[in-house]
Amino acid sequence: MLIYIRRKLLHSIPIIFAVTLLSFLSVNLLPGDVAETIAGIGTDNAVMDETVVQDIREDLGLDRPVVVRYLSWLGYAVRGELGKSYQTGQSVSEAIALRLPVTIQLLLMAQILAILLAIPAGIFSAYRAGKLPDRVITTLAFSFLAAPSFIVAISLAFIFAVLLNWFPATGYVQFSEDLIGNIKSFTLPALALALIEWPILCRVLRNDLISTLQEDFISLAKAKGLRPFHILFRHALRPSSFTLITIVGIQLGNLISGAVIVESIFALPGLGSLLVASIHSREILMVQGIVSLMAVAYVVINLVVDILYGALDPRILR
Amino acid sequence: MTLGLPSISKSREAQRSDEFLLIGKNTRSTSLGLGFWLPGIWMFFLLFTVIFADILPIQSPTESDFSNLKSRPNLTYWLGTDVLARDIFSRVIYGARVSLTVAFLAPVFGMIIGLGLGMLAGYFKGIAESSIMGLIDIILAFPNIVLAMVILFFAGADIINLIVVLTVTSIPANTRIARASTLSYSEREFVLAARAQGASDLRILLYEILPNILLPNLAYILSFMSIIIMIEGSLSFLGVGIPPPTPTWGGMIAEGFADINTDPHLSFMPASVLFLTVLSLNLIGDCFRRRYAIRESSL
Repeated sequence: MLIYIRRKLLHSIPIIFAVTLLSFLSVNLLPGDVAETIAGIGTDNAVMDETVVQDIREDLGLDRPVVVRYLSWLGYAVRGELGKSYQTGQSVSEAIALRLPVTIQLLLMAQILAILLAIPAGIFSAYRAGKLPDRVITTLAFSFLAAPSFIVAISLAFIFAVLLNWFPATGYVQFSEDLIGNIKSFTLPALALALIEWPILCRVLRNDLISTLQEDFISLAKAKGLRPFHILFRHALRPSSFTLITIVGIQLGNLISGAVIVESIFALPGLGSLLVASIHSREILMVQGIVSLMAVAYVVINLVVDILYGALDPRILR
Repeated sequence: MTLGLPSISKSREAQRSDEFLLIGKNTRSTSLGLGFWLPGIWMFFLLFTVIFADILPIQSPTESDFSNLKSRPNLTYWLGTDVLARDIFSRVIYGARVSLTVAFLAPVFGMIIGLGLGMLAGYFKGIAESSIMGLIDIILAFPNIVLAMVILFFAGADIINLIVVLTVTSIPANTRIARASTLSYSEREFVLAARAQGASDLRILLYEILPNILLPNLAYILSFMSIIIMIEGSLSFLGVGIPPPTPTWGGMIAEGFADINTDPHLSFMPASVLFLTVLSLNLIGDCFRRRYAIRESSL
């Protein structure tokens, strides 16, 4: 187990360095002077002051070599210092800390909803593989695979907020303010993400279940006269859920992409909408900070998932 | 690049084992059911109007007819008119130009690069494999829409950059498929025979392995095209794709979303076209994949 964890760590650490380096370097892709762009020259809230530009140059140490700048940036980043917005004066880490809980709640709710949709659907269609219920479920899943998150989101907004008026279309209610309102404001965005996520989970679960259901211990359970419900949920589900767990990790990237869009549509103040807003107002350091955080989070969560996977299914430890 | 439909068919057992979707009853025989022909007709119709849009008698996508502001679908304006009184039908068609160009080129370039990387990784193994797969993991660490948004933001949003960005996002999946199929072929007897005859690695890769793995890789390309259409749509929806006045599907949907309370057709007309296109590509792609792809479990 330790060897397995070490191997996974040795694989992940260079990747973490590489993704942070790339996020850091992306600024250099910009045409023109970095310091001037950071000052917001050319945008509405431009700080048209040569001293500010000079300050930025000094703060970022733009005269130093890239490697030195990267290492010092990384050093600060590890301590949670990602620079500040020169347009509003807000610190990047503060802005992220303010927005992160919203995105985490959204992703968690979406993931739970997706699993709640996928497990019954997957079990039912594997149990009746090839029959009508299976065909209905797989066709439904297939159609949702063809729907980009923004189309699902605006359809949900139209049906549940405009036509039925059950949920608010936009707006965010804080957790501490009003629990019901908070959950209501998250329902549609989370459902939109869950609807694009569940077909993939359902498909994986269905395929694994079909092969599990051919195992001897399932025949034994059937021979003992156990009810199909009991066999499916108590005997077959657990050994069939390993791939599901890894997929949940791999799908995180898609889910974050979806969150960026869904947060913008439903006006949830999360990381995704902050990223879009920062891009539109050309807040480079904000963009840099958010993107590196997302990429590192993806690598770390997948590392954790891999290690969990090793703990759950010792066969892959070799 | 036309795939055509050569009448090579796998054994019935092999086909059955690949099955996931069971639309239409003919999927088990070699004939193509409604699941192929309906989306095929849709794609043909779309491609035809997109290619000949300049000759066909359709309205201009940029001219406004202010006597018909935000009109509902009618005989003159088949899909209605938008907030600036422009014909939605013609904007959808011209918008398809961007989506389809990008959706065609990016997966093709992505496949060429992915084939190269995947073959190197699968054939040479060792350091080549671990560094290429490391590179893939690095690309995957950035959520695809975030990656595309950021690169377009830093490098400028034009069609060339859009194609480059979307090519990058389609490299990982292509590389994985190419690597998996290379791994299974590089141990086969004919490769050993070629090596025994003194063939160079390059020759083996190009003449022995490539012809065998090309078809399984091509089988996935339509699915990648549909994913690219979705990403391109999302980018223009967020306002970071091709900037207006060029019509894009995502841009039209975003524009109409402001009026979703009163005029839902502004968003839902382009949205339905996008959805049907992606669905059609998936359905056709699934037909190809069922015929030619290697089992997904070996990826």
